[in-house]
Amino acid sequence: MADRLLTVRDLVIDIPVGGGTLHAVRGIDFELDRGEVLCIVGESGSGKSLTSLALMGLLGKRIKPRATQMDFDGTALLSASKKTMRSLRGARMSMIFQEPMTSLNPAYTIGDQLMEAMLLHRDVPRAEARARAVELLEKVGITAAESRLGQYPHQLSGGLRQRVMIAMALMCGPELIIADEPTTALDVTIQAQILRLLVDLVREMGMAMILITHDLGVVARVADKVAVMYAGELVETGPAKEIFEAPMHPYTRGLLRCIPLPGKTKRGSELGTIPGIVPSLVGRVSGCVFRTRCTFATEACRGDIPRHLRGPQAFRCVLDDGGLSQEKQEVQA
Amino acid sequence: MTAPVLELRNVVKTYSVKQGLMGRPKPLTAVKDVSLSLGRSEVLGLVGESGCGKSTLAKILLGLEAPTSGEVLVDGEALGAQDRLKLARRIQPIFQDPYSSLNPRKSIADIISLPLRVHGIGDAASQKQAVREILDVVGLPSRVMNTYPSQMSGGQRQRVAIARALIMKPEIVICDEPTSALDVSVQSQILNLLGELRREFGLTYLFISHNLAVVEHLATRVAVMYLGRIVEEAETGDLFDNPRHPYSRALLKSVLTPEPGLGVPDTQLGMAYPNPINPPSGCAFHPRCPLATELCKTRAPRPVPQDGGFVECHLYDRETEMFEQA
Repeated sequence: MADRLLTVRDLVIDIPVGGGTLHAVRGIDFELDRGEVLCIVGESGSGKSLTSLALMGLLGKRIKPRATQMDFDGTALLSASKKTMRSLRGARMSMIFQEPMTSLNPAYTIGDQLMEAMLLHRDVPRAEARARAVELLEKVGITAAESRLGQYPHQLSGGLRQRVMIAMALMCGPELIIADEPTTALDVTIQAQILRLLVDLVREMGMAMILITHDLGVVARVADKVAVMYAGELVETGPAKEIFEAPMHPYTRGLLRCIPLPGKTKRGSELGTIPGIVPSLVGRVSGCVFRTRCTFATEACRGDIPRHLRGPQAFRCVLDDGGLSQEKQEVQA
Repeated sequence: MTAPVLELRNVVKTYSVKQGLMGRPKPLTAVKDVSLSLGRSEVLGLVGESGCGKSTLAKILLGLEAPTSGEVLVDGEALGAQDRLKLARRIQPIFQDPYSSLNPRKSIADIISLPLRVHGIGDAASQKQAVREILDVVGLPSRVMNTYPSQMSGGQRQRVAIARALIMKPEIVICDEPTSALDVSVQSQILNLLGELRREFGLTYLFISHNLAVVEHLATRVAVMYLGRIVEEAETGDLFDNPRHPYSRALLKSVLTPEPGLGVPDTQLGMAYPNPINPPSGCAFHPRCPLATELCKTRAPRPVPQDGGFVECHLYDRETEMFEQA
């Protein structure tokens, strides 16, 4: 068996709201080996970010996630003490947030913020932490790294700040990195550079990475494994190649039709759409949540939804082929 | 090409920027001598990295900023001579974020009909009728008239923003990243709508976006901007199949198409986008250009016509070749 780092089984996140309970994440399973990149892809409100916060133990006091299993290298994350979680967070697992503008503290220098985690978790002299900070800033492609340590976040551009965030996440040499839309706010040129850097680091250092994004282009180029999330459920999972070349779930296929494919979609032609909106997840949620927007929906979609396995690929749908044969007939007709 | 609806002639915009508490203000040229023309029902895609001057250009076109020098002509008429109201009838914007661009305290009907009231067009009843019609055009049911932005989804809000822009029946719509705040499935609906509206009403778009796949899909022409200059302009197909400027090539190379197995491309751009207060000498792109020569460091390139467009690079300038041989 490969070097398993993370196992999640039946993760449930319920959020108490005014009118009842918001079933934000409902029974998701995934696992991750060292050296692997898992992309969780989905639209806003699908529960991607909540899932990552649950892994980090950062959901706050009001929200209590449940799972039959949520293990990080043998440590049960949900039953771990606060002290254990603190020793993991920032040291063995770290997170890169979406907004480099708001996730850095404007009142502290880059150097202080970079060194904080290392001084906290490892018993190292300041000089060593400083050397590590310089080393990592150079690694993420920041020139004149030494002089940057004394600068404040407002003195850096968005791209530089995001690189500082990445360097910060790497300070203690984590085994797991969770990156929540790390490049969404950046230019395409910098996006490519930063993603390249992250993937290289994962391979080089044998880390594992969970990348959360809504950008299918990023997913295709970066992921080993893909998990497609819709309204709190993983509707389809599998290796990147299979998900893009033979998507099975109607939602996955719908998403891929929505984006123009250079060289394949005719310029100016009508793009595919997914009509309707994500249903409310407050109160009882049953059956397939995608049925309100699915062209193949039938009465059966209100009941239990079977999980189909196709080699390494898995999807949840009442139809054995996710409606693929029906779709082909329609195209011919 | 038909007679241009919109024309920019040698537009320059310079800001004065103060550096630090005691610093002396320095000039920052956001738009450097830009000339452009847009024919009726064309879609000009404007691409480039943040800080390249795209949004400044949009503000100048909307009359929100006056150019330092140069002219903007709408239907051959100079913009400076037109007052704001007249301008607003012809050019309307659609902004990036429909969450912050709609007033949360106004009803949808109020938001959409505001331009009519500003211009004093029609009475209350006819304004209401106009709102109803335009809602139908953008695919919203008329019952949303009395709701508020907070009750709507992102896609619906962006439809409201489009309805508000179109109620004056403008000729030109400036779309500044109109779909980048939206989810993929909603983005495609808005892009389809923009395409339909253009065909139906013969609208002309200036489409600003950093999503090159979207630009390739919607635009008829593309202008690539770098540090205040348009460095290449061409027909969409031509630019995407055969990008000439090294910067256009790098930009296109960094697009992540959904093709698994290809990995993340190496743009070879190096890291830093130059500081616009201290732009590099010669060709502004030379510090990041893999093909830069000595000449690029000292002499700024000039626009060289190519079929249906131009490129601003020494590599394509015959005179440069002669200059180098000499």
